[in-house]
Amino acid sequence: MRATVSALAVAAAIAAIPARTLSIGTLPPRLQDTGLYADWQSKTIASRNLPYSPQYPLWSDGAGKTRWLSIPRGKWIDASNPERWIFPVGTRLWKEFAFNGHRVETRFIERSAQGWLFATYQWNEDETDAPLAPEFGVARSAEIRPGVRHSIPSRTDCLACHAASDARVLGINTLQLSADRDPNAPHAEPVPEGGVSLQALVERGLLRGLPPRYLRVPPRIDARTPTARAALGYLNTNCGICHTSTGQLASLGFSLRYSLGLPVSASPAAVLTGVGRPSHFQVPGAKVRLAPGNPDASVLVARISSRNPVTQMPPLGTHLVDDDAVRLIRKWITDDLPAVQLAADKHTKETKR
Amino acid sequence: MIQRNWRGATRLLMPVMFGVTAIAFVSAADQTPSRPAAQKAGTGTPAAAALVKRGEYLVKNHGCTDCHTPQKMGANGPEPDQARYLSGHPADLKLPPPPKAEGPWIVSADASGTAWSGPWGISYTANLTPDPETGLGSWTEQQFIEALRTGRHQGRGRQILPPMPWQPFGTMTDADLKAVFAYLHSITPVKNKVPDPVIAEPGK
Repeated sequence: MRATVSALAVAAAIAAIPARTLSIGTLPPRLQDTGLYADWQSKTIASRNLPYSPQYPLWSDGAGKTRWLSIPRGKWIDASNPERWIFPVGTRLWKEFAFNGHRVETRFIERSAQGWLFATYQWNEDETDAPLAPEFGVARSAEIRPGVRHSIPSRTDCLACHAASDARVLGINTLQLSADRDPNAPHAEPVPEGGVSLQALVERGLLRGLPPRYLRVPPRIDARTPTARAALGYLNTNCGICHTSTGQLASLGFSLRYSLGLPVSASPAAVLTGVGRPSHFQVPGAKVRLAPGNPDASVLVARISSRNPVTQMPPLGTHLVDDDAVRLIRKWITDDLPAVQLAADKHTKETKR
Repeated sequence: MIQRNWRGATRLLMPVMFGVTAIAFVSAADQTPSRPAAQKAGTGTPAAAALVKRGEYLVKNHGCTDCHTPQKMGANGPEPDQARYLSGHPADLKLPPPPKAEGPWIVSADASGTAWSGPWGISYTANLTPDPETGLGSWTEQQFIEALRTGRHQGRGRQILPPMPWQPFGTMTDADLKAVFAYLHSITPVKNKVPDPVIAEPGK
């Protein structure tokens, strides 16, 4: 009976996913069947699955997150375009979420021959089983803290982020796996034992085509200050998935994606499209996306500081405000953006002469 | 802490909403308002005109106007305000607080049919005209399709609230949704900034 329900859930999920992004495939009905573990009873991870940790983690209400990547034998990631890696068919990724020391869900992505598959598996209370989660997710899952419960995403919500642009894999890229990790990144995690970096992937033959300069000098966000570096990295991960200049929301004209290779003197997209730009969504006292020197007049701050479902940003995947990030972004707007604005104004005047 | 998932609420309420709509707007169903799109349909290529025509057909028989065109009182009772065709809840229509939900009666609507109150709070129907500032003018076709597939604003923003029955509409084919979008972009733009929804406080 349970297997039947799971099979129906899979069928419904695949049917509900737009053909543009996914096509017919099969999802294992249980996490145990996805190839993550060498031994389920002891929860021993299979040796071919490589742990990794992005330097700028996505905020997930403080969840403890553990991640693994698997590339099929004889295959590799094509990083010829360092901004857009191409993962081979057979690539698998897992991300385990835990709250208060207990596993809650493990998300799973596979690039099958037919397309990308997205699923999540819900752990039972004693962590002895993890079946495929329902198509519409679980609105009130494990307790994060008194009165607040985690939400397991619906199948369409997976795509809200993972189909927002060309990138289907969001936590593994040239910047995130750089060895030059940002010590000020909010909620920065230590690299797990055996965790892979760009160099490690190249040495294993799992990453090819990456321009050599990224191995000679590990990539980083070349910002004017440590605060700006961390702020741009945070926005890149938590907002720049959807807010890009090329993805599905490009028409908004608001990009928080950080492009590699920008010199320190150049203005990143977040500044170019955010500073002084009027916001379509307005809140009392704030009319522009980013107001240099005035975080309270910046709509971006109002939105990341809210968990009202209409106002909050990101709009999904979180029920708690990331207080550390709000402090960081407020400091960036207060301390860094006025100087950026002055430099931009000066440049504009010189150009006009 | 506000923590909601209104997808379930919409599914729960959908039969209710369809029922309410059918009863409340039976007189409106008899109206055959003129459509600006019919005038514009012939201006493009034959394929584009056919797409708009198909979209007009779908918009009419799927009842989009029931909620997205404000009702006004006419000689024969409520009728769609054609000057505000598909422009959503009028920004200048200020309403008192909704009645308190009692017992099994959990949903109420205002006389214009564009403001709805229920356990989720208050929602106002959207401006579907191609006005670039206040309507769908700045939306892409893909954003529109994904909004109806996912129940999220522009496909990946905030949840679309009840009573918008996005779930059945989301099962329409890409071709049909493209036609609907083409039609909505062909109608007369109306500048009308619909208020943001009001989310109910827990326990209220």
